Amino acid sequence: MNSDAMLLSAIIFVPTIGAIILALCFNKKDVEPMRYFALGATIVTFILTIFLFRNFLAAPPDSGMLPASAGQSGIKLPWIANWNINYQLGYDGISLPLVLLTSFISMLAMMASWSITKQVKGYLVLFLILETGMLGVFLALDFFLFYVFWEVMLLPMYFLIGIWGGPRKEYAAIKFFLYTLAGGVLMLIAILMFYFNSGSPQGNVPNTFDIIELSKIGQGLVKGVQFTPTVQITAFILLFIGFAIKVPSVPFHTWLPDAHVEAPTPISMILAGVLLKMGGYGILRIAFPICPYGAQYAAYALAVIGTVSIIYGAFAAMAQTDFKRLVAYSSVSHMGYVILGIAVWQISASTGAAIGKNYWLMGMNGAMFQMLAHGVSSAGMFFMVGVIYDRVHHRDLNQFGGLMGLMPLYSGLAVGIFFAGLGLPGLCGFIGEIFVVLSTWNYSPLLAIIAASGVILTAGYILWAIQRVYLGAEYRGPHREAITPINGRETAVAFTLLAFAILLGVYPGFMLNVMHGSMEQLATSLDTGYQHVAHTVSTAQAMLQR
Amino acid sequence: MSFDTLLARLIQNTNNLSLVLFLPELTLCATIVVLLLVRLCNLDRIIRPVGVCLVGGLIALAMAGQEFYDLSAGIQPATPIFTGLLAYDPFTVFFRLFLITFLILVTALTALSGIPDLEDGPDFYTLLFGATIGMLLMASANNLLILFLGVEMASVPSYAMVGFLKGRKQSSEASLKFVVYGAGAAGVMLYGVSLLAGLLGTANFTEMALRITQLVGAHGMSDPTVRTVLFGILMVLVGLAFKLSIVPFHFWCPDAFEGAAAEVAGYLSVASKAAAFALLVRFCRAIVGDHVGELANLNYALGIGLGLVAALTATFGNLAAYSQTNVKRLLAYSTIAHAGYMLMAVAAMMVILNGPKAANVEVAFNVSRAIEGLLYYLCVYLFMNLGAFGVVALIRNEILSEQIEDYNGLASQAPRYCLCMAVCLFSLIGLPPFGGFFAKWAVFSSLLQAGYVNKIMWVVLVIGGVNTVFSLFFYVRVLKAMYLTPRPEGARRAEDALPAGAYAVIIALPVLLLGIGVSPVWRMAGTAAAAIFQWPHADSVAQLPHGM
Repeated sequence: MNSDAMLLSAIIFVPTIGAIILALCFNKKDVEPMRYFALGATIVTFILTIFLFRNFLAAPPDSGMLPASAGQSGIKLPWIANWNINYQLGYDGISLPLVLLTSFISMLAMMASWSITKQVKGYLVLFLILETGMLGVFLALDFFLFYVFWEVMLLPMYFLIGIWGGPRKEYAAIKFFLYTLAGGVLMLIAILMFYFNSGSPQGNVPNTFDIIELSKIGQGLVKGVQFTPTVQITAFILLFIGFAIKVPSVPFHTWLPDAHVEAPTPISMILAGVLLKMGGYGILRIAFPICPYGAQYAAYALAVIGTVSIIYGAFAAMAQTDFKRLVAYSSVSHMGYVILGIAVWQISASTGAAIGKNYWLMGMNGAMFQMLAHGVSSAGMFFMVGVIYDRVHHRDLNQFGGLMGLMPLYSGLAVGIFFAGLGLPGLCGFIGEIFVVLSTWNYSPLLAIIAASGVILTAGYILWAIQRVYLGAEYRGPHREAITPINGRETAVAFTLLAFAILLGVYPGFMLNVMHGSMEQLATSLDTGYQHVAHTVSTAQAMLQR
Repeated sequence: MSFDTLLARLIQNTNNLSLVLFLPELTLCATIVVLLLVRLCNLDRIIRPVGVCLVGGLIALAMAGQEFYDLSAGIQPATPIFTGLLAYDPFTVFFRLFLITFLILVTALTALSGIPDLEDGPDFYTLLFGATIGMLLMASANNLLILFLGVEMASVPSYAMVGFLKGRKQSSEASLKFVVYGAGAAGVMLYGVSLLAGLLGTANFTEMALRITQLVGAHGMSDPTVRTVLFGILMVLVGLAFKLSIVPFHFWCPDAFEGAAAEVAGYLSVASKAAAFALLVRFCRAIVGDHVGELANLNYALGIGLGLVAALTATFGNLAAYSQTNVKRLLAYSTIAHAGYMLMAVAAMMVILNGPKAANVEVAFNVSRAIEGLLYYLCVYLFMNLGAFGVVALIRNEILSEQIEDYNGLASQAPRYCLCMAVCLFSLIGLPPFGGFFAKWAVFSSLLQAGYVNKIMWVVLVIGGVNTVFSLFFYVRVLKAMYLTPRPEGARRAEDALPAGAYAVIIALPVLLLGIGVSPVWRMAGTAAAAIFQWPHADSVAQLPHGM
């Protein structure tokens, strides 16, 4: 086992070990030491991911190939040998930024968790288990393992929303649970389909859950085994619904406003900052590479779903009077760009080759960047809503106003973060949106125009919200006496998020360079993979006609 | 050969072979005798009955463990013992291990929960051990006679155990219902057994399929004799379905479980179901036989029928569980649903085994895998269902209630019980990283493979998937009460003191471990399944033409 392999396992399981120590060795009464200990665990995890980043920069894997497949780093140990299930981890330019984002947001969310005062021990234990689940999803390269981590996340989330949430917490928790489980079952059926189709009838290719291996089969690179178009299309639809629930795309988004609004602030940060990215990551890592034929088949539908999400989410956000609900719907809108950016895959009808592949690549880069930007900005927005909610205990947009005068530092930071969400040039939200919209033009000018008009709507609801909350002559709502200036811990969280929003906006290459290689390789392999499969299909049809 | 030599051989065979291989059961019998003697001699104030039981159980378990270790060295043909009445193979020993482990755990639970009291102890444990011996016979049955005897030997003590809380009207009512249904089912089954034995001229499992084939060959399918034989098979299956609480023979289950003590309900839900599944597998093997040819289509249809019944059972169990307010009743319906899931594995096995050969479905491998899935499911089910019922029993001792609404806010007072309950319920839903997930995974994957043979099995798979999502609702209701709702003012305080609290954690731990470290138990299941399915010509069976 090499050092990277140890590092990957450590990243995933340090939070769990922290949770176990927390559960066994701490007294329920020692609230403050437990908080610091849990924060320590998330900081250690974050530092470990920084090491991973350093390793990546020191030796960037050639052409963005997954290190595990190149045999350089990563880990593959048999787990359930009878089923050829492996404990297989690895990372590349697609997963690394998201791993960094996860450990970063988890750390900040843990800093924001001082507002939790009820049953602190249980909260911290569940929080750390949740972090394990999230990191596991981004690092797993065995589909079975991926699924296990995916579902492991569910249990702590149910309790985190259900116990520490707002007034309608029970409803929100079960709704979240139900949606995700339903998506999970669809994914499970797809996994089974892949597994049983991945062995060759002659028995010389063993059935596998290895995502890299499955991708090769899906792209027609393995002799004697293939996923037929029917399998690809069926599996892609199953997978896409499973991931779209998580993203969430219209029409699978209805769990999100409830869950995000009812969850406590730090959990909203995690939900918006990290959990939604799992959907996008799943599409990029699994649904597209394993089913290029199915993906191309459904590309236009995906683009439409993405565009509808952008517009629908923006309009819905505009209609809200609850501050947190507004931010929640803005997530639906912003994540629409992710789906759209991935989907803009234009092919030539005669050869099946991608037209304007560089535009598509740009769209995918944009989608990926949008995930990171949204992770930073939406976590920040939820945090900012949480800060004011902790003080005045209401979120009614029409009962705010004048906060700029009462809490100048807070308001300044908040406005900065909201501008990042708006997509102001120079801040992180801009890059992803512009990349996606530009690349969409190549695919369908109509969709590009609609998507671009989403930017105006976004500006509309965010500026209107800023006006109602921070500007104005005076604060009109209840609990005016409770409004105190932002404290040091809150400032630290908000400032860090804003700093990263600016960093990503001013120097996007910081992350684009990391992901570009893997993205380019992904686009190329999808392109050739689709041509392979389409070629076999047309040959088979020609054979039939003759 | 004179009668004397025959007798001498029989005695020699019994003493030297059969009794030796029957030692775990004999140990349990001896335990019962010791238990009763201890009371007779008024020693039960000094030696607690539960202690005697635990010692006896552990000795039997050690013997079974040794047997399994010896057998798993290599695949050996089944040894018929007691002149072919019982089969001794890894499958038998697997269930010995399974049932005796479970027996010990239940005995430990009763020691902690205080049902039965010291006075009734020997009575209760006699019934418990007696029922277990019956179940062990079911699992090793190789003859229609033992099939019936085993089922009855398991059932009769169960009736008494359900009514063991003598003072309670509800308990007696439950027992009465159970007896009436049980007697009806036993009657039907006995009739079926006599039809089969009479028409086929044999009661031995290993010869049944051959005889049926001969009958069909001689008379054709439409002959009344053949039809009567089929009717007999169906009647035996009805008897088994009663034990498995398969829809539409499930009516006794919720009532009996609600009326019985939670310990007894937990025992019945796991042990009697496991034994009945073992028997079902053996019976299926008997009617499939080694000569698949003419019988294949019949068994194929039977497999599809089992699949549909399984889907119906799972759906019904989950839907009915939704509206329950009593935890034991809820768990009873959940038991029905899980019987449905497990039956899906048997259905998949029958379809793959007897259906037309599909291109990418290797028969022997997948059949064995279906049985492995079933066995693995049972292993996980042992811990998760015992955990759930055990916690119900322990909480009952604290708050004197089994209503979901009285569980409100328990997590703050009895965290260990609630944690155990949460683990078990999540596993029952089938969520990773708990064992229930892998169990369900294995069953569903068998169904998917069976779907390549017949598309109906894909429908069953989808119904199973939908059920999994739906089951979330009612399981989570219990958790919601425990964790999300605050404990009302003035409610009885609950505590999970150490021995009982530790027990809850110890039961919950394997549920998690079976989800993480799958391989060891899976290998054991593999050894057991291989024993059932080492047909003499596993491959040639698969290649027989199925046109009929």
